[in-house]
Amino acid sequence: MSEKTSAKIDGLDKITGRAQFTDDMTRPGMLHGAFLRSPHAHARILSIDTAPALAMEGVHAVLLGEDLPVNYGVIPVAMDEHALAIDKVRFVGEEVACVAAVDRATAIRASRAIVVEYEVLEAVLSIEDAMNKDKPLLHEGKRKASNVLRRVRQRYGDADAGFEAADVILEAEYDYPGSTHVPLETQVALAEVTADGLLTLFSSTQIPHYLHRILGRVLERRMQDIRVVKPHVGAGYGGKSDPFANELCAAALAIRTGRPIKIILDREEVFYAHRGRHRTKMWLKMGITREGKITAADFKAWAEGGAYASYGVVTAYYFGVFLPLPYVLDNWRFETHRCYTNHPPCGPKRGHGAIQPRFALEQHLDRLALEIGMSPAKLRSINSVQPDTETSNGLRITSVALNECIDAVVKASGFEDKVGKMPPNRGIGIAASAYMCGALHAIYASELPQSAVQICADRSGRIAIFSGTADIGQGSNHMLAQIVADTVGIQPKDCRVLEADTDFTPVDLGSYSSRVTFFAGNAAVRAAEKLKAAMEETLCKRWEVESVRFEDGQVHGGVNADGEPIVASFAQAVEWAEQEHGTLGFTGYYTPPKIGSRFRRQSVGPSPAYSFTAQVAEVEVDPETGMVKVVDVWCAHDCGKALNPVIVEGQLEGCVYMGVGEAILEDHNFTGPMSRRGPLHKSASILEYKIPTLHETPRIHSILVESMDKEGPRGAKEAGEGPQLPTVPAIANAIFDAVGVRLETAPFTPDRVLTAIERKARKDAKEAR
Amino acid sequence: MADPIILRCRLNGTPKTELIAPNRSLLDFLREDLGYTGSKHGCDVGDCGACTVRIDGAPTLSCITLAASVEGKSLQTIEGVAGSEPTLVQQCFHEHVAAQCGYCTPGIVLVLEALFEEQADPSEEAIAEVLGSNICRCTGYTKILSAAIDARERRNGRPAKPPTPTFARDL
Repeated sequence: MSEKTSAKIDGLDKITGRAQFTDDMTRPGMLHGAFLRSPHAHARILSIDTAPALAMEGVHAVLLGEDLPVNYGVIPVAMDEHALAIDKVRFVGEEVACVAAVDRATAIRASRAIVVEYEVLEAVLSIEDAMNKDKPLLHEGKRKASNVLRRVRQRYGDADAGFEAADVILEAEYDYPGSTHVPLETQVALAEVTADGLLTLFSSTQIPHYLHRILGRVLERRMQDIRVVKPHVGAGYGGKSDPFANELCAAALAIRTGRPIKIILDREEVFYAHRGRHRTKMWLKMGITREGKITAADFKAWAEGGAYASYGVVTAYYFGVFLPLPYVLDNWRFETHRCYTNHPPCGPKRGHGAIQPRFALEQHLDRLALEIGMSPAKLRSINSVQPDTETSNGLRITSVALNECIDAVVKASGFEDKVGKMPPNRGIGIAASAYMCGALHAIYASELPQSAVQICADRSGRIAIFSGTADIGQGSNHMLAQIVADTVGIQPKDCRVLEADTDFTPVDLGSYSSRVTFFAGNAAVRAAEKLKAAMEETLCKRWEVESVRFEDGQVHGGVNADGEPIVASFAQAVEWAEQEHGTLGFTGYYTPPKIGSRFRRQSVGPSPAYSFTAQVAEVEVDPETGMVKVVDVWCAHDCGKALNPVIVEGQLEGCVYMGVGEAILEDHNFTGPMSRRGPLHKSASILEYKIPTLHETPRIHSILVESMDKEGPRGAKEAGEGPQLPTVPAIANAIFDAVGVRLETAPFTPDRVLTAIERKARKDAKEAR
Repeated sequence: MADPIILRCRLNGTPKTELIAPNRSLLDFLREDLGYTGSKHGCDVGDCGACTVRIDGAPTLSCITLAASVEGKSLQTIEGVAGSEPTLVQQCFHEHVAAQCGYCTPGIVLVLEALFEEQADPSEEAIAEVLGSNICRCTGYTKILSAAIDARERRNGRPAKPPTPTFARDL
């Protein structure tokens, strides 16, 4: 019997409270850890006295930076971190010491008893500070004495000639705020060492494989003596894509004390762990013809990255690489900088590196559309990249359904009848985007498979799926089960997925760069097709038929000579196939295609495929308070193929939601250098760091567009990040349509909007006189 | 440290007598002392709703409630919502894929169960009003709201409102 349902295989476990997250685990004799953190943004550590802490009852150990002297970082070219600060602290909240004690309250009390003597240094607190050569260095002893982690300059075609060919040229500056992920589950790690010498780390991570490697490096322990397990994760959005101090310290303290230990971050600490969106200043110049053809662009960006590199090198590349997409742009150049500052480290947040340039370029396009008197929707359509082409910066484009996305949101929202024609203080705006479906290259140089899946069919008819992927709520376990189940005609719930256990599951690089559906999905397709082929071979022989059909938990071989259907249950078919082939275990793996580039040093940015999105936002602005209400967002996304349409919709909705937060509320910001208390986080709690509740969230209208990518698993592409890219500029464009002010700085808070409205009123009055 | 005190309450219908520290939060009492881990730590200061449980039927933030204050009261946690079958609200959450990471889900389910016990047929505005107390960072609340509305329709004997994805080709 066919049950067509979208429900996830692990849905009921979560809905009934049975799903086990790392913090839900406990061990007999388990200790708890707590950090002592830096009160200074930039200071030299002169001395640390741990004796008062160690003297307290219930304290088992105190770990300092010198105990874990090996540097690390998620990106091998920028390993500038240590588990605990050594010699210097570089941001308020940086981990200085870690205490293991019988309970968390004791660990916290003991951490506060540690005495640290600091020599306070001048702090580098802004992009301007970081670019100023007279300011102190955050990281001394590097090859280049600079607070710029990475500058990337690239040029394609002839930008000057492109500007010559333009009828209209516009330049403007944009300022995008920092923001942070706020997954509801904070970072948690539980480590234990068993008598056989195996160190097991359970952690709320998006990157079990990279974490496994970093643990081996920092602990100087054989990797086969380390096991990383990811239980259910209370989401990440990119915020759990780095190895964190709590993971490394839990592991080290479990080894040192011989006791299991759990270290959970409290909510305030997550704001220090951060790895969120880079505050970014941008300058953009673009040229366009009267007919609406974009002829040239020149782009500069400066990203404030905080104290450590994290993925910052990648960020600097993504800013440039993803600037033009989804449009054709032949003549352009960019120069981007990723700086160090004495703030919590930035990293990858949903739409990593592409959100900021979209904010600039999509507003710019609206201004240019106005200049040449063209519909902003049409301007986007006529510049769209085309399928099976190569971009000027060497990206291989396969499937593209951008114009279908634009047409869909225009139609569903009534955009053309509304833009410029809405009642006062109501407005509508559009924006479009493209995003990668997984980084072509692994974080460490390697041509090995990037994702592997192993499946085993049991005589019961159940299929076990083993995969190193990290389901963090996006539904990747269900994706794997559905691909395998659909291939052999059973239900996803008749598959069991064991994921993210480095002892038992084949490698997957992790949940980042929107890679999982494309990479692990393809691996699953390949494993499942092998199982199907083996079963087909057996059944065709047994039944003496040409072909069989897998459907509804059965295998069908047509009709026999008497006209009776030839059919067997899936479980029976497994038994027969097992008789012939032995155990039905198969593997599949995915290595992205080798796509050469004409350009040097362009390993960051290319992907086997790109997703496309268009969005229309409708807003209501209160001209007296400056309050913006986002009323509706229409989001059409080219996801290749919606393997599970309801789950894909959920990704679109989550993306729009997160974009709305960044548009109107979220600002990961600090008190300035003039503050007597130093550069403190302005809003290190959920109360103060405003994220949308249901009441700030617009009605979200998702529209699925299928372009059937020829290399995607069953045609699928990503849906988890790309749909966030157009949200903020679409809202900015809608605000312009509503009240005639151009907001070059986000978030669009009441004070900022009101100031812009008042400035416009003064200017209008002056012009009227 | 203060002397432990005896706490008597009912948890998911079962009488409990436990020795607790007087400063124990209800959330830690449930999670650490009793092993009922369905209620979650999200913020520990009453901002997010992930720790929501019901005390004598009323949704309450257990992270900022002292365990000692539930003396003689009746508690319901997510573990006590479903019997051998999920409730209608839970079934609708499942069908609408209203749980992504699932961390906020137990709290939200309890809020909705309480609403439906109080009001048989709440308006969409009334549903949205109570959901304002809980943060979900994954779903944009869209599927949570549609699941709640589906549950309302079905519990009132009206036709189900299953999720109906829109494809551009159907526009």
